[in-house]
This record gives sequence, structure tokens and C-alpha cells, in this order.
Amino acid sequence: MNAIQSDLYAALPEIIILCMAMFVLLLDLFLKSHNRSLIYIFTQLGLAAAAVVTACTHNVSVVSYAFNGMFVDDPLSDVLKLMMYLTTSVMLVYTRQYVSLRDMFRGEYFALTLFALLGMMIMVSGQHFLTLYMGLELLSLCLYALVAMDRDNPRATEAAMKYFVLGALSSGMLLYGMSMLYGVTGTLDVAEVANALLQGAPDRSVLVLGVVFLIAGLGFKLGAVPFQMWVPDVYHGAPTAVTLFIGSVTKLAAFAFMIRLLIQGLYVLAIDWQGMLAIMAVLSILIGNITAIAQTNLKRMLAYSTISHVGYLLYGFMSAGTNGYVSAMFYIMAYVLMTLGGFGIMLLLSRKGFEADNLEDLKGLNQRSPWYAFLMLIIMFSMAGVPPTLGFYAKFAVLQAALQAGFVGLVIFAVVMAAIGGFYYLRVVKLMYFDDALDNTPIKAPIDMKVLLSLNALLLLALGMFPQRLMDICAYAITHSFQ
Amino acid sequence: MDWPILSLSIWVPIFAGVLVLCTGGDQNARLARWLALFGSIAAFLVTLPLYTHFNMMDGGFQFQEGHRWITSFNINYHLGVDGLAVPLIILTSFTTVIVVIAGWEVIEKRVAQYMAAFLIMSGLMIGVFAALDAILYYMFWEAMLIPMFLVIGIWGGPNRVYATIKFFLYTFIGSLLMLVAFIYLYHQSNSFELVDYYQLPLSFKAQILIFLAFFMAFAVKVPMWPVHTWLPDAHVEAPTGGSVVLAAIALKLGGYSFLRFAMPIAPDAAHYLSGFMITLSLIAVVYIALVALVQKDMKKLIAYSSISHMGFVTLGFFIFNPLGMEGAIVQMISHGFVSSAMFLSVGVLYDRMHSRQIADYGGVVNTMPTFAAFAVLFGMANAGLPGTSGFVGEFMVILGALQANFWFAFLASTTLILGAAYTLWMVKRVFYGEIGNAHVAALKDLNRREFFILSVLAVLVIGFGVYPHPITEMTHATVNNLLAHLAQSKLL
Repeated sequence: MNAIQSDLYAALPEIIILCMAMFVLLLDLFLKSHNRSLIYIFTQLGLAAAAVVTACTHNVSVVSYAFNGMFVDDPLSDVLKLMMYLTTSVMLVYTRQYVSLRDMFRGEYFALTLFALLGMMIMVSGQHFLTLYMGLELLSLCLYALVAMDRDNPRATEAAMKYFVLGALSSGMLLYGMSMLYGVTGTLDVAEVANALLQGAPDRSVLVLGVVFLIAGLGFKLGAVPFQMWVPDVYHGAPTAVTLFIGSVTKLAAFAFMIRLLIQGLYVLAIDWQGMLAIMAVLSILIGNITAIAQTNLKRMLAYSTISHVGYLLYGFMSAGTNGYVSAMFYIMAYVLMTLGGFGIMLLLSRKGFEADNLEDLKGLNQRSPWYAFLMLIIMFSMAGVPPTLGFYAKFAVLQAALQAGFVGLVIFAVVMAAIGGFYYLRVVKLMYFDDALDNTPIKAPIDMKVLLSLNALLLLALGMFPQRLMDICAYAITHSFQ
Repeated sequence: MDWPILSLSIWVPIFAGVLVLCTGGDQNARLARWLALFGSIAAFLVTLPLYTHFNMMDGGFQFQEGHRWITSFNINYHLGVDGLAVPLIILTSFTTVIVVIAGWEVIEKRVAQYMAAFLIMSGLMIGVFAALDAILYYMFWEAMLIPMFLVIGIWGGPNRVYATIKFFLYTFIGSLLMLVAFIYLYHQSNSFELVDYYQLPLSFKAQILIFLAFFMAFAVKVPMWPVHTWLPDAHVEAPTGGSVVLAAIALKLGGYSFLRFAMPIAPDAAHYLSGFMITLSLIAVVYIALVALVQKDMKKLIAYSSISHMGFVTLGFFIFNPLGMEGAIVQMISHGFVSSAMFLSVGVLYDRMHSRQIADYGGVVNTMPTFAAFAVLFGMANAGLPGTSGFVGEFMVILGALQANFWFAFLASTTLILGAAYTLWMVKRVFYGEIGNAHVAALKDLNRREFFILSVLAVLVIGFGVYPHPITEMTHATVNNLLAHLAQSKLL
């Protein structure tokens, strides 16, 4: 009895989100279309409740296991979950006008978002390969459906199809890799796998092969080269609201997934996966940055920019040390904030029957609205890693970690590529500031979105000047969650 | 007297800039202009105590301020200045006032943004001169690029986009390599404090690599041959104010940083590579002066002349004697005044004729006699005529070079001929001779605003030419200190 209670207690935020998702689905049946906004309010309330519960049940630097060690509630999971609620909530604010103008403001949109969030929360807390996998699949299925939400749009349908096929393939790879690990170690529990490996595994070649499959599967989910093919198409095809979701929150889950699998489970094999991550990191930075230059579509450009950001994130991981993981976490936090802002501006400029997803659509933004141009300026310079913005410290953190681990050549490479990447972010600034506006339609948006978007971008500037708090949080989450 | 003068010098102009931005669109342009003027004057006044309260005998850092900032990486908000930084800081705040006045009625669109960009940039550049923490320095160094990028891109000439992106990327890539060097030093010393780096012993190989990383960052900024090609483009396309700030201050950031970072952190590498650096400097002095000779565009000519003069500065640094180094510093300050004046003069003509081509002018002296007098004076200063500030620095560097090697001095002194040739030839073609065309015949002489700016600069150019003591007095102890430090090996 007591055991069950404490199990449920540990998973309380998940339960709240689950209940809210089902409630929203049910509520939608009984609501007339004119008071649909009730769903929106309930979704936000659900997120707020989950946030309160997560914060209140947070035990400072205590790691507690539940469900026979399949589920963990540690500082890392709490911090990441709180960040997820925040990001999802902000995303819902940004996308409310966009989805209601496109006839997507329905129960499904909110229910799928909540279910996807639930999947990510399970990924964050998973301590068992099966829990992790379950969370991942729940997330992926919701995302496939979300991408196809705008079902009369052929491009969205194509993107969903592509995403589904490649996603299923990568899940298969993950499972295959896990099964090999199971074959060698005889367990699927993350901690037990780590123990078994410490004892000295009998067959190293099978293990390494298993790691290869795991890394390939992870590479797909993260969108790292050479597994990046789906990223631009899905980013481009999906409704911008969904692209924002895929581009921001899910990366937090992917980060947690890597921590659980590679660092908690397979740390002993670091020498093997370090090299693989290094190759993926270098290729991602190279291809992401170079290809982004050739894009004319803002969503595709941001897709390639994401690929290059993933490369920098992997620099943190491949350093294989606490310093590296903390920097990687800092990077992902910064990345999520920047992506939110970037897509937020795109959503702001879109209106009924018009998608502001071409670079051209940003032309002369400084004439149309100096304030939003300024916000986008901050976001772009932050993505390029120019101080005094948060993006600079993100790059700084991962590069110093990689340098500490001795990857001098790779760091110099990353730095040179960052300068090349600077070009396409500068081009956005150029379009906004140096060119004349093509259309002068006034920018209309709900006040809550305007305020939040401004705060979002200014936060990048503020955290760029005072990053210490965020660094402390990341260091706390990493160092107190596992030794 | 415990005012945080350095923090005020940095943040007063930035705050003023933000305030100017808040005035909004061009309907409030008048307010934006006056606010910018008061802001820049206030920013200039707060830097003056740096001179009046400076201890001339002390070669170390003064007016220090230190606060913990980012504890995870041991980064501090640490400011401090020595005799090298103070003149440059005052030059920066002074130039900002000039730029604000110079753009008074010339800039008609987006006035608030223009004025704000210069005020913010001024604060950031002072930050570069005052920072004693590597990351703080780096932040100011990079952040300065953003307003400059916008200034050239928004208010520049027809080819401005190409020029400004080239300017940004050139500088960005160099600075990133410098960042790698900083991180390396951090892992060696567990600190980002400049003074810790000064004491840190390093292997020869590490020193060479660090020096080269710094070289990439600073050589682009100075700019040294062969990475100078962004400068003529940026200068030609930038609005007058942008050119003035670029020439007067932005270029000095590179020279200053050589003395502040590259040389004292890696002194053995600096000695080892001095031949290389001197060669590049002499190429800049001689070859770029020849390039300047054939320019058809006035701004381009002055831009090349700037590169040539900067060659003098780096030459002065790397001959490692007090005369050369002090001369180089005097040259930096003097070039700040002279090149500002030259660019402002071109601006005066451009505002009237909308052309920078030498061939479009001729006989300007007939319609603008007062202006011609100023222009000839600044031309003389640019050529290094005794009695102007241009002469002092060049002469000291040549004397210093003579102590090191006769041929260095010989090549360097060709500039006295070449500099006179390209400057005076331009002055002759633009100002003398028959009136070139009907447009020139219709020119009006200086208005009160232009007269005021140019006469202030003229007083300074002649003043420092006759009496350079205020600069040398400040730099003397610092230079001796630095040379003593450079004479000691830091090898492991």
C-alpha cells in the first residue's frame, strides 16, 4: 500500500497531465465552437497545476525511484519538466491566434499536445529502457498526428508521412540496439545495465554494435547528421505552430533521453560513443551551417540552424564529463528559448491565409515595427552566438568543455563554422533593417502574445548579461541527479 | 573620490543611447538629436576625471573596479585603466560628441536609431579599453560589432550590404579564434583575469599559437596587410559618422589590444614573430601608400591612408623600444583626430555634391575658401607636416626604428614622401585649379555647425603637434612598465 502510494506520489505531475489531456478531450465533445477557448484555459491550468506539483514535491538534491526503479524523480527531471511546462505554455500562447485562424483550434490540438508532453515527461523520468521507449513512442505518435493536423494541406500530409516512416525506422533501430544490450547484460534497467557493464562485460563487440544502433536512433530523434533528412521537410511542411513544438520542447526530451541512455546507462562505453558523437557533431555543424546559407524559406533555414545547434550540443556530450553535461544542458535551455522567440516572430507575422515563412516576409520589418525587428535582432544574434546574448554563453560553455576534454582541433573547427553560420543570421537582420518593406499590413496579435514575446527576447539579452542563475540551475540538476 | 568613473564612462552613453531610442520615430527627431547631444556631452564629461585624477607616475592599472560576475567560470566585472587606455577612452567619448554634431541635419531618416547606435557603440568601445577580464573584454569587443553593422547597413552608400557583412564576418571569425585562446588560458590558469595571464608561464608552442589567435583577431581590426580589404569597403559605404568612428576608434581597438593582450601574454612569441610583424607593417606602410596614390574615390584614398598609418603603429610596437612604442601610441591618438577631420571634410563635400569622386571636383577653393583652408591643414597633418600632430608620432616611430635597424627606418620614412604625395595630390585636384563644373561653382561655404567641428579638430591637431606632452606624459610610465614586462621570458 505504502509502496504504491509513494510510486503514485512520484508520478503525480504525469498523472495530472494525463487526466487533463483526457478531460480536455471529453470537454471538447460538449462544447459549442464559440466557447472553445475554455479548452485553452483548462490546458493552461493543467500545465500550471503540474508545475506547482512538480515544484512542491521537489526534494532538494534527493533522488527517489518509483515503480521498481523504472521511474525516477530527481532534480534533473524536475528542472527539465518545469522547463517543459513553461515552454509548452508559452507555445500555446504564441500559437493560439495562429491555430484558430486555421481551423485547428480544436480539442485534438490541445489533447495531442498534452499527450506529447506526457510522453516527454516519461522520457525525462525513465530509468528503464522500456519506460524510456514508451515515452518516446507516445511523444512520436502525437507528433505525427500534430504534423498532419492541417489535413487538407498536401505539404503537411507529406511531411507527416515522411516523419512517420523515418521515425518508425529510428524507433526500430533504438529497439534493436536495446535488445543487443539486453542480450549481453541480461537487464533493461538503466542502473543495472550500468552495473553489469562495470563488472566487465563478456562480449564487447556486441555491446558496441548495440551502441551504434542506439546512437543512430538517437541521431534520428535529435536530427543530427547523417540522420537529418527529415528535419527540413518536417519543419517546412508542418503548421508553424507544430514546428515550434517540435523545434523547442521535444529537444529537451531528447536531451534527457541521451542523459539517461548514454551517461547513466552506458558511461563505461564512453570511449566508444564519444567518437561517434564527435563525427555526428562535426558533420551536423558543417552541413547545418553550410546548407542553411542556401535557404530562402525561413522555416527551412531554422531547420538547418537547428541541425547545427544539435552539433554544438553534442560537443558538450562528447566531452564526457560533468562540465560537459552541464554545458550541454545550458545549451539546450538557451536553444529552446531562442527557438521559441524565433518561431514566435514568425507566428506573429502570419495572418489568415498568409504564412510568414519566407525570408522575404521579414523585409523592412524595422519600418513596420521597430520593436519586433529589435526583438528578432536579439534572437538572431543570440543564435549566431554574439555577446551580449545568451547564445554566446551557450556556445562558450560547450566549447570550453570540449577544449577541456582536449578536442582542440574540433573546437577550432566549430568556431570557424560559427562564423560561417553568422552569415545567414546576419542576412535575416539585413532583410529586416536594410531592405524596404514589401507589404505594410499592420501586425495584429493578442496582447498576451506581444508581452510574452517581448519578455522572451529580452530574457535572451538579460540572461546574456547575467547567466549565472541559469548556469547554477543546470549545474544543480546535473550534479545532484547522478554521480 | 570613490565614484566608479569607468563604469559611468561605459554606461552613461549606453543609457543615453537607450533613452534616445525611446523617443521613437522621426516625428520626434528634434528631441532625439538634442537628447543625443546632451547624452554625448555628459558621457564626455564623465571621462574627464580619468585625466585629471590620473597618477602619471604609476604604470599599473588605476581606477580599478571589481565585482564577481559569473562565478561558474570565474568571470569578473573587472575594470581598470593605465596610461595607454585613458587617452583612447577620452578620444572615444570626444569623437562621439563630434559624430553626433556631424550627423545633426545630415541624417534625416531614423534619426533616433542613428544617434542611439553611436552612443551605445561609444560605451561599448570604452568598455573594450577598460575591461581587465578577458570575457568582459570579449563581450564589449563583439557587442560593438552589432551597432556598427547596423550603422553601415542602414545609413550607408549603395553597396552597403556587401560592405557591412564583410566587415562583420571578417571581425567575427578573428574574434572567435581569440575566444578559443582565452578558453585555453582559462584552463591553464583557472581565471579570466588579465593580470593572471600576465604572470602565467606558457610553453613556446602554446605562446606561438595564442599569439597567432590574437593576431587573427587584432590584425583584422587594425587592419594589417593582407587582411585589410574590409576597411576600404566599409569606409566607402559607411555614412560620415560611421567612417569617423571606424577610423578614429575602431581601428585603435586592434592596436590597443596588441599591447594589452597579445604581446604581454605571449612575450616570447612576440619577440620571435617580431620580424614577421615588422614585415607586414612595412608592407602596409609602403605598398598601401602606393595603392592610396591611385585612388579615384576620396574616401577610399583616406581609408588606404589609414591602413598605411596603422602600419606605423604596429611597426612602433614591434621594434620594442620606448621611443617606437610611445610614438605608436601618439600616432594612434593623432590619427584619431586627423582621420576624423579628413572624413568629415569629405562628408562636407559629399553632403553638397553627393559624389566622392575626385574627378567631379576642381577649384573648390574659389567657392569655399574657408573650408579649403581647413582641408589643406588636415591634408598637411595627414602627410605628417611638422607642427601638426601627424608629425610627432611618425617622427618618434622613425627614430625608434632607426635604433633597431637602419632599413626599417628607411622604408618607414618613405611614407613622408608617399603620404605627402597622395594627400597633397588629392588636395590639389579637388581644391585648386579652374572651377571644375557648374555644381562646384554653386557650392556654399561651411555653415556654423561644420565650422565649429572642423575648428575644434584643427585646434587639437595643431595643439598636439606643437605640444604632445599631455599624451606622452600619460603613456610614459605605462610603456616603460610594459617594455620591462616584455623583456622577461615567460617560458615554462
